[in-house]
Amino acid sequence: MAFGVIKNVRKVFQLEEIGWTALEPVVALDDATFEFEEGELVALLGPSGCGKTTLLRIVGGLIAKSAGSVAIAGRAVTKPMGDYGFVFQAPSLMPWRNVLDNVLFPMEILRKNDGAARRHAHELLELVGLSGFLSARPHQLSGGMQQRVALCRALVHRPRLLLMDEPFGALDELTRMEMNDLLLRIRHETKASVLFVTHSISEAVYLSDKVVIFSKRPARVVKEMAIPLAYPRSQKVRFTSAFTAAERIASEALGVVAPTADEVSAHAAQGAGVQ
Amino acid sequence: MRPRFVSQFLYPLAGVILIIAAWVLACWLLNIPTVVLPSPDKVLRALVIRSDLLLSEGWVTLKETLYGFVLALLVGLPLAVAVANSRPLNLMFYPLLIALQSVPKVALAPMILVWLGTGLESKLAIVWLVAFFPIIVDTAAGLRATPKELLELAQSLNASPLQIFLKVQLPAALPFVVTGAKVAITLAVIGAVIGEFVGSSEGLGFLLQSATSQLDTPLAFAALFALSVLGIFVYALVGLGERLMSSWLPPAPAHQ
Repeated sequence: MAFGVIKNVRKVFQLEEIGWTALEPVVALDDATFEFEEGELVALLGPSGCGKTTLLRIVGGLIAKSAGSVAIAGRAVTKPMGDYGFVFQAPSLMPWRNVLDNVLFPMEILRKNDGAARRHAHELLELVGLSGFLSARPHQLSGGMQQRVALCRALVHRPRLLLMDEPFGALDELTRMEMNDLLLRIRHETKASVLFVTHSISEAVYLSDKVVIFSKRPARVVKEMAIPLAYPRSQKVRFTSAFTAAERIASEALGVVAPTADEVSAHAAQGAGVQ
Repeated sequence: MRPRFVSQFLYPLAGVILIIAAWVLACWLLNIPTVVLPSPDKVLRALVIRSDLLLSEGWVTLKETLYGFVLALLVGLPLAVAVANSRPLNLMFYPLLIALQSVPKVALAPMILVWLGTGLESKLAIVWLVAFFPIIVDTAAGLRATPKELLELAQSLNASPLQIFLKVQLPAALPFVVTGAKVAITLAVIGAVIGEFVGSSEGLGFLLQSATSQLDTPLAFAALFALSVLGIFVYALVGLGERLMSSWLPPAPAHQ
């Protein structure tokens, strides 16, 4: 059996879960089915608001599903398992704690905040290049640095599964590429299994072993594609034909019409004119 | 001289001196009777000569203020936690709290006097009443403003409700609590004085009223001055509390 089995998961939000504005139940997730192996990095790709985040929260045990089943490492997930790591779109650090204490927060909750935990936190912060900022407060760091701290916090308790919800969506392009490389390096070192929600096609292709593509809401899985690129990857891989071919397949599955070369140059000229 | 010393000390001092000079000049030039507006030197004399009286009456008002404020904290904080964490309680009472906040609670002072008499109890009740609302409303707002992601993070680690409260909600709400406490402490002084106005035989508010009715205006001004000092003192106490908790609090906005 595969490490992660997500089968026919459906989520319908009832009135009281959203507020008064919705008049009828909203089907956020219609039918999600896919599997992944231990140590795989799987991107969940789909348009904004298509329910990928809802699926991630269901896999994390944070919200209940309306139908279907989720099993990670043979255990059915119905509530938080305590051994998953979460990274959100915003760094969501605690402003009243310094960097090291933010990273150690999960160990405090799990009552394992001992010397070994502190050493591991130091190692992780070193890995992301923040060993000089242990006692800095979050507001003293840039957005990218804050997200690196959040990444260390998600990894400090050696989670079985790392759940990432558009973690680099708010960062600028260059920082995002840097963070992508950092994530691949961390994944290589920690051998973590990762579910990574994104709406960036190139990010999904660049990072993952496998991309699961969702339709618009109510979301269902429209395509599952393996990415035939060898690790370790570097930014150079973006310019290979295998990479662009994968991007094209994903774009087509998403219903994005792939533009011709003429359209690309016309669009670029227009963009330059506006700026 | 260092520019900091000039800008932070000399200029404010010059402002105060200017106003006092204008006051002296007005009394002298317009020949204002002492009963209407005593000149600063007469107020100063009253301050010095009656310092024992001012101190003892000030002590009474200070006790009323601080006891009432602490009482408001002791009742307001747990209630805020209850209102913020229980959906039924929140639905039942939060709108009511917001509505009551805009009611002029000092208007209840005469009634409270009838219920509790002219002693310390009635003052405590009035101070408590005015200080309680900013504390509970701000604290509840702070607890409810806890970032959703931090709560989810704690939940994903199977944190206990107590852990979530102590390690996430409370520190996240603390800046709101401090803001509420700062509003509450200034209102508490007002509440104590109103209580003394309405019915009391001691305290600075009582002294102020009796001095005015006896046309001892310099003493009334001295009492006013003592009240201001008291107000600044209790506000500084809350500020000190804030400083002590500063490692918990998120940094002040850059423009301060």
